[in-house]
Amino acid sequence: MKHQTAVLDSKLAPEAGLSGLVKRLNTGFLRLFHGHKTFDHGIYPVEHKEWTADKPIRRLPFADELVIPLLQHKGRAAVPIVKVGQEVVRGEPIAHADHFVSVPMHAPATGVIRAIGLAPTAAGPKTQAIYLKVYHAASQEVLYGEHREPERMSAKDIIQSIQDAGLVGLGGGAFPSHVKMHPPAGRVIHTLVVNGCECEPYLTCDHRIMLEQTDALLRGIMIALKATRAERAIIGVEDNKLDAVAHLRARIPKDLPITAEAVQTKYPQGAEKMLIKALLDLEVPAGGLTADVGVAVFNVGTLAQMGELLPNSQGLIERVVTVSGPAVKRPGNFMVPIGTPIRFLLDQVGVDGELGQVILGGPMMGMAVASLDVPVTKSVSGVVALRPEPEDAVRRQVYPCIKCGECLSACPISLNPSMLGELAAAREYATMEESFQLDQCFECGCCAYVCPSNIPLTQYFRIAKSINRDAKKHHEQKQH
Amino acid sequence: MDKGIEIRTSPHLKRVISVDKIMRTVVLALLPICAFAVYQFGLSALLLLLTTTGVAMWTEWFFARLSGKGNTLADWSVVITGLLLGLTLPPGFPLWMAAVAAFVGVALGKALFGGLGYNVMNPALVGRAFVQAAFPVAITTWTPAFAPGRFMELIPSTLTLPFMQPNPVKDWVAGLHLDGWSGATPLAIQKFQHIEAPIADAFSGMIAGSAGETSALLILICGLWLAWQRMLDWRIPVSVLAGAALMALPFWLMDSGHYPSPWFVLSSGGLMLAAWFMASDMVASPVTARGVVIYGLFIGSLTVIIRLFGGLVEGVMYAILLGNALGPLISSWTQPRVYGTSKKS
Repeated sequence: MKHQTAVLDSKLAPEAGLSGLVKRLNTGFLRLFHGHKTFDHGIYPVEHKEWTADKPIRRLPFADELVIPLLQHKGRAAVPIVKVGQEVVRGEPIAHADHFVSVPMHAPATGVIRAIGLAPTAAGPKTQAIYLKVYHAASQEVLYGEHREPERMSAKDIIQSIQDAGLVGLGGGAFPSHVKMHPPAGRVIHTLVVNGCECEPYLTCDHRIMLEQTDALLRGIMIALKATRAERAIIGVEDNKLDAVAHLRARIPKDLPITAEAVQTKYPQGAEKMLIKALLDLEVPAGGLTADVGVAVFNVGTLAQMGELLPNSQGLIERVVTVSGPAVKRPGNFMVPIGTPIRFLLDQVGVDGELGQVILGGPMMGMAVASLDVPVTKSVSGVVALRPEPEDAVRRQVYPCIKCGECLSACPISLNPSMLGELAAAREYATMEESFQLDQCFECGCCAYVCPSNIPLTQYFRIAKSINRDAKKHHEQKQH
Repeated sequence: MDKGIEIRTSPHLKRVISVDKIMRTVVLALLPICAFAVYQFGLSALLLLLTTTGVAMWTEWFFARLSGKGNTLADWSVVITGLLLGLTLPPGFPLWMAAVAAFVGVALGKALFGGLGYNVMNPALVGRAFVQAAFPVAITTWTPAFAPGRFMELIPSTLTLPFMQPNPVKDWVAGLHLDGWSGATPLAIQKFQHIEAPIADAFSGMIAGSAGETSALLILICGLWLAWQRMLDWRIPVSVLAGAALMALPFWLMDSGHYPSPWFVLSSGGLMLAAWFMASDMVASPVTARGVVIYGLFIGSLTVIIRLFGGLVEGVMYAILLGNALGPLISSWTQPRVYGTSKKS
């Protein structure tokens, strides 16, 4: 594959003429004849993807100050290797990983380290972060890193360089990518599932990445195939993005073991367990890993960055973010430097009227921020700004469970949220786990979304799970 | 900019259908059936429906107040109970007895269990079962449909004084000069004389029966609309009706002169109303997908068994009450298999 320095291979404008017509025909053909692979249950929330789906990825100016939390991923926090007052160049490592389940951080802009201290996060508690004052006049070209060819590297070296690049799951999971490349002992990965579902409402960043960063994505897939030693890769895309499927199919070289497949548009199709079920009809065993069924799942954004960064041995310093929602004046998809405060991002797109909730990620599983000083981190796929909800909607009356069964037919893993909700109200947390498999719940929010009694089921389960975790920890400590 | 920003936990989206909306829609679906009952039986049916609904609402309000729950009338569920109860009673049923039925249904069938969501059985049927036992004569006294002057005068038994036996209606019916009126419902005629009423009449409601149990066609249309609105689990009525038809079929094939045809079973008595509006009561039916099918088949087949072999003419009420009682057990038997596990939770 040819080496390419530009981040975006841009054929952005809607195409006119014959090639545009062929493309539209292709998509129309797919719409008629694609399969409807999917998982059981699930929901169909209103998506509002049309607000940003045709907005090409644009660059934004740098904020005056970037805030780079040291823990933006699952695992151990990175350790700073810069001092206050030190000048750094865009792309330079500023924190390193001192553990296998950790990733380094890189300077998202050329500037000077102003401080290392606490910063607000979406999750609530403040965490250690590096404050970087940006030199606006400086060239923001990435000068760091050198060219190399992943095709010639060993799997082990590739995995190491993925960690060095600071790559984590950009779909929202934020799990260090190199860890997933390592199948546990005794497991063989045969299939790489590339997640282009983007099932959360509002978000379109993955859609744009598939259309605009196709070369980088395909290169990333080849790198991941080599690292995981998988035989083939399947790109799963929800059928509300058939243009992306058609585009990918046209661009995938015939000799590569990569296919692009449409799956039904249904939330939470993008959850890895659901996508594996839809594409391969395999079920990840309860409590197990995707590697147990021989599969590794990576988000398209992660692989596009992998394809972009690894050949240049650079680090992850920016990502595509969809900024949308009813309170946003000019919604769109933006290439945002890591550490950009949400406030700056909203200033750039304009806020229309009063702000209600501001959600990082999608509205189904994302987190509402308590402060607009929270920065964009590696896992932030979207910033969704909602309007204030009317009083009566916020204080929606909670009725008793009327056993309508809607939650049972929504739960993608076939739990019984109705029963779990009653047990949670009775504080029978242990029974919830022992008899009704609460630990399998991944908090997708389908049950709370459909509940006509407005019972905050997902919230109940989150609390119950954390109480069970604490109880288990307590129990283990006692035994030691 | 971030002055008033709100924080809640995910999911941040919510479907807008709420319990009161569901209940209001069910009430809406019941209104045409009530209107037809009034058209058929006149002022008495209207007063009957108003009484059961009014008393049911008062009882709900009274117990909610007693337990300090605030106003639970706003969830509209008690209106359904009141209307359904009125529809299952004979049109000339004494109003004071109807009031007793409504009070017992809501008080014993719902409030004592903790109100909406906690009742084990359908409150309307609990009320009806009570008066079936308490006033066996009044509840089997039928009056003809489309009596002339039904909008001008009441059926004499309607205004019976409290704690009195109902005023006899025999003379009043005789005064109507109807040919061939026997005072029995098609179900009873079939059961004891083995003569089936024409299916077309039973289906369209041109027969005697409880206030709202007579037009199977209208009930079917209203029920289908409700299912189409996704406010009703269509699997319940379908499996109730299938259970009844399947149970009736072999007997009819063996001796069609003695046993009713499946068509007659489906279109007669209270089966249609019960299948679409009472067995489908969300609270008292199982929650699992396979559970509701078992529950429906059980109710349908038990109804036919009671009709054919029991002492009662109509069995759907007891079949549903028994089905309700079995609901939690059926639910726990039919827990779905959780993703990634081989066993049932």
